[in-house]
Amino acid sequence: MRARVLIRPKAGILDPQGEAVQRALPALGFEGVVNVHVGRLVELDVDDPSQLQPMCEKLLANPLVEDYEIVLAGD
Amino acid sequence: MKFGVLQFPGSCDEVDALNAARRVGDAELLWHGERDLKGADAIVVPGGFSYGDYLRAGAIARFSPVMESVLSFAVDGGLVLGICNGFQVLCEAKLLPGALLPNANLRFTFRQVDLDVVERETAFTGACLVGARLSIPAKHSWGRYYADEPTLAAMRKSGQVVLRYAAGENFNGSTDDIAGVRNEPGNVFGLMPHPEHAVHELSGSTDGLCIFASMRLAVEGARV
Repeated sequence: MRARVLIRPKAGILDPQGEAVQRALPALGFEGVVNVHVGRLVELDVDDPSQLQPMCEKLLANPLVEDYEIVLAGD
Repeated sequence: MKFGVLQFPGSCDEVDALNAARRVGDAELLWHGERDLKGADAIVVPGGFSYGDYLRAGAIARFSPVMESVLSFAVDGGLVLGICNGFQVLCEAKLLPGALLPNANLRFTFRQVDLDVVERETAFTGACLVGARLSIPAKHSWGRYYADEPTLAAMRKSGQVVLRYAAGENFNGSTDDIAGVRNEPGNVFGLMPHPEHAVHELSGSTDGLCIFASMRLAVEGARV
């Protein structure tokens, strides 16, 4: 099954990448953009989607500093 | 006293670590695919970009065969020093608390930094002078140390914050100016700056030697 794992910095942890993007947007004329955060996307095909959560906990994300969200194809 | 210096694909500071260790004892490289630590009394996890730093710095290296042996070695009380990428690997392996995040300035930065030794009674700083300030190079883009507040409170209480960036030196935005931490039992230590690059007058400072000398002192003191 096709799955996507969205990984983003935990709320409250300084996200300099998000801040840099947020600062860049007004320079291009895009006003009114706040709360920009930059994370990672991992796409994968898995036989058993129940493995996704342990995969995230063990390798794909660092739960100390990142939140992750699992999205299955068709969801 | 023999140091084992790990070598991953993408390591780049293992030879300097080897040479630094050889100034105080014997040292040998240990390839990431091997499980045999070859009788090492202490392990150095060196700097570089292990496995390309794909996913997150250190995330993949921590599952390498040699790291399985290092985990058991550490659990048994063996001394483990992680430098830069090695520090990231040890945090990913949960041998050390916290995590390393991208520098607050988003830049790869290479500069000499002054570090205050805030805990001298450790296996990694025992040979440093009282109140020592070490001048050591740092070079990284993922060096912002982070731990949540309850973890930091516990670390401060048990003296796990070993090195701090001196005033004005915290270029990466590390929480609490933390540059180096140890685990609670005290046998695992990681730092972002590179003591192995500061062991000869030609490179401007020999302050890094005291980290290696401290480890020798700890190992040989324990043997007596």
